[in-house]
Amino acid sequence: MADALFIAVAVLTIGAAIVALESRELVYGAIALAISMLGIAGFFLLLEAPFVAMFQITVYVGAVAVLVIFTVMLVRTQALFSRKEDRGRKVAGIILLLIFIGGIGSILLASGLGSTGFTKFNLPPIDIATIGRQMVTYYAPVLILLGLTLAASVIGALALARREDIEQKNERIN
Amino acid sequence: MNELIDFVIVAVILFAIGIYGLVVKRNAIRMIFSIEIIANAANLNLIAFSRNLHNAQGQMFALFSIAIAAAEVAVGLGIIIIAYRLYKEIDVEEFRSMKG
Repeated sequence: MADALFIAVAVLTIGAAIVALESRELVYGAIALAISMLGIAGFFLLLEAPFVAMFQITVYVGAVAVLVIFTVMLVRTQALFSRKEDRGRKVAGIILLLIFIGGIGSILLASGLGSTGFTKFNLPPIDIATIGRQMVTYYAPVLILLGLTLAASVIGALALARREDIEQKNERIN
Repeated sequence: MNELIDFVIVAVILFAIGIYGLVVKRNAIRMIFSIEIIANAANLNLIAFSRNLHNAQGQMFALFSIAIAAAEVAVGLGIIIIAYRLYKEIDVEEFRSMKG
């Protein structure tokens, strides 16, 4: 059975995820998304993966949430207040949500994943030294590719956000 | 004590919420939120199984997955800003210049 801390983190994460999608103002949604990501980091700590938890906080709560909030402020107009969805689509979405939870949940429970032999955490947790060693030996090519991907995405985002009309105006002034 | 199945069920619930958001919401930024929630549910599964099987691969995969998700958000938000500049709107149903 789950302990109280787990249930608290689960309620925080799932509740914040729902608020992120359903809040009326997009800025509150962005903040709720950051709280939800913080809850996921709490799960990582409960799973004794502190390095991944810190990585999650740095990347998601630190970078992605700030990026989202900046974008929300850049597009600040009446577009911020999302129009009401039509009811039929919303009801269909909730039915789909329940089907997903029921279907996948029953498959998981029937699969023997919850059997006492498998579901307990019997083995010791992975220490950070193993992750560091693997990162620079076996996964070194992946790490380099990841760096290149991040560089490419930053350059791509810069190229996307460029405004040629303003640049041409500045050139004429100069 | 915590068990694997609890974490997996939380991941399933988060995944279902993300799918709901993708289906229902028509606001481009909210769709990005949904994608992030789904990606986080997947990461939670990876870490939980890595802890259960005492295998570092799951944690490595989750680390790379988080970094790639950050890159994806940067590009996605750039595209949204471009679309907003063109249409003055972030409702995906208004983005229909490619419609035949």
